[in-house]
Amino acid sequence: MARTTAPVPNGKLNIQLNGNNFKNANCKKNGYHNKAQKNSTAHSAGPPSSRQRFQRPESFENPPMYVAVMTYLGFGIVTLFGYFRDFLRAVGLEKCHIAREREEQKNESEVSFLNIPLAKPTRLVIQQFHLQDFVPLYQDFENFYTRNLYMRVRDNWNRPICSLPGPVFDVMERVSPDYNWTFSLTGKTIDDVINMGSYNYLGFAENDGDFLKTVADRTQQYGLGVCSTRQEMGNLAIHEELEQLVATFLGVESSMIFGMGFATNSMNIPALVGKGCLILSDELNHTSLILGARLSGATIWVFKHNNMQSLERLLREAVCSGQPRTHRPWRKVLIMVEGIYSMEGSVVRLPDIVALKKKYKAYLYLDEAHSIGAVGPTGRGVTELFGLDPSDIDVMMGTFTKSFGAAGGYIAGKKELVDYLRSHSHSAVYASAMSPPVTEQILRAMKCIMGLDGTTVGQARVHQLAENTRYFRSRLQEMGFIIYGNDDSPVVPILLYMPGKVVAFSRAMLKRKIGVVVVGFPATPITEARARFCLSAAHTKAMLDQVLFDLNELGDDLCLKFSRRKYSPRPQQHNNNDDTDFELDS
Amino acid sequence: MDFKYLKEYLGWLYYQYLLITGIYVLEPWEQSIFNSVFFSSVAMVIYTSYAFVPVHVRLALNSLVQALLCH
Repeated sequence: MARTTAPVPNGKLNIQLNGNNFKNANCKKNGYHNKAQKNSTAHSAGPPSSRQRFQRPESFENPPMYVAVMTYLGFGIVTLFGYFRDFLRAVGLEKCHIAREREEQKNESEVSFLNIPLAKPTRLVIQQFHLQDFVPLYQDFENFYTRNLYMRVRDNWNRPICSLPGPVFDVMERVSPDYNWTFSLTGKTIDDVINMGSYNYLGFAENDGDFLKTVADRTQQYGLGVCSTRQEMGNLAIHEELEQLVATFLGVESSMIFGMGFATNSMNIPALVGKGCLILSDELNHTSLILGARLSGATIWVFKHNNMQSLERLLREAVCSGQPRTHRPWRKVLIMVEGIYSMEGSVVRLPDIVALKKKYKAYLYLDEAHSIGAVGPTGRGVTELFGLDPSDIDVMMGTFTKSFGAAGGYIAGKKELVDYLRSHSHSAVYASAMSPPVTEQILRAMKCIMGLDGTTVGQARVHQLAENTRYFRSRLQEMGFIIYGNDDSPVVPILLYMPGKVVAFSRAMLKRKIGVVVVGFPATPITEARARFCLSAAHTKAMLDQVLFDLNELGDDLCLKFSRRKYSPRPQQHNNNDDTDFELDS
Repeated sequence: MDFKYLKEYLGWLYYQYLLITGIYVLEPWEQSIFNSVFFSSVAMVIYTSYAFVPVHVRLALNSLVQALLCH
């Protein structure tokens, strides 16, 4: 084929060639590298500060093959025994403890209802009606898993505590005579259990009288309850003060607060998007985000966790083909991600997402429930961690439950957005406003972090959390456990995999007076059961050392050290002097 | 002295077996049922291999040698 035009310069020709198979090509388009990569390799796009950030890899190591095999085997055997016990219950050899229907409702007999003397046509109608059975109330197979596995090991969850859930707490002891179907408290408490499960990242869950003086004063002034919604009579001056402070804290124009963190997501996403809009949500998003997305009626497409190729492919698909049947352009495209994913401990790739959103003209909704206050040099969240401009993110959402020791959530962003939400959010119109003591607790915590109360306590706590995180994660990796997530995140999941080990781990740790949260099948994939440690600025190094020592012993005892990476044991270089400089790469 | 450590070690091995197969979560009588079924099948496998594998191997070798000799 003869070419009549002049030869094109090299650069353009490259793009032409690579346009056909862009999935595998290693080309540079618009400054965004389109390399095939796994989650864990370093990425070199974006501004220099984010390039440094990405030098810290996120690891999602796979276990040896026998571990997966044994996990499935364990689940298989317990399932078989589940069928066996269900059979015994159905036959009647064993008493069934869970809710079941009454015998009378299962099969109506026609005879009992025809004792009423009635005219003939009426009797026929009644006869036909009662020949039908009632629809069963309980689908027995749905709670097969609950009945046959969860109930057996229920003593590891929902343990009652009887003190403040600070860095240490008191757990009430309970026993079960019938294998965890019922519990009875013995009356004794297990004192000073180290708390590795509370989301107490900055240690604001405290009941010291000095710190809480302002909260007591405000309670005297405003009372305890608001008894109204924000739009009616529940808009107090203290709410406006907090909203101003949150906006200043985050570096945005305006913010609005809500009484409940879950409701912030589920009630406000329907106000922002509707039918004809597209939501691109991460695979591992929290239930509140998913519920809000479903309630809104928008189309939801899911991209693989933290995978920018998947997201870009979906964005291109959205821009090219538009709405499903009519092919009209989407009214809005909203990308929903979280700052820190609490089950994995991974941090969102924010610079990449901001670059993508600018390229494809989408909006970004960032849920910083776990990351606000916990990451970043001054605790401002993932935006500060990556050195980005807060005005790049369209909707910043967060909760006060985790780092601030209170309850509630906020949405922050441009003034037009927040003013729109004030009148159109379901939560603003129908939900009760935030209670004054809780508001004051958030105010004092936030002022403490920002340094506005005149002390450096807040900054010290943020530094202490970063130091604890790095120490704990590095020691665990040295010991040989498989840890997921980014080195900066204070949420540390240790993978346990097998159902028997999950249960034994939790019980053994409680015996050693450490309270951990273990998570199993419905909340995580079936082969990836884990124990999740949440570090706190209130944990002293002695507590962390105690936990690490016990983890080491238990890891040997239960054979939990699956990691196949080689780490050289390094000498003690973390000491109690405050020579930490978290800006350095480790 | 050695017997105490041996017993402890065997106890630890049994604990590992319970954890890995997932039996740890079951009630004691269910554990006994599983153990009896499992160990009886293991015993049958061992007996079968002891009683039949040498004979089968010898016969297989014979037929192989004959097949080679014929060619």
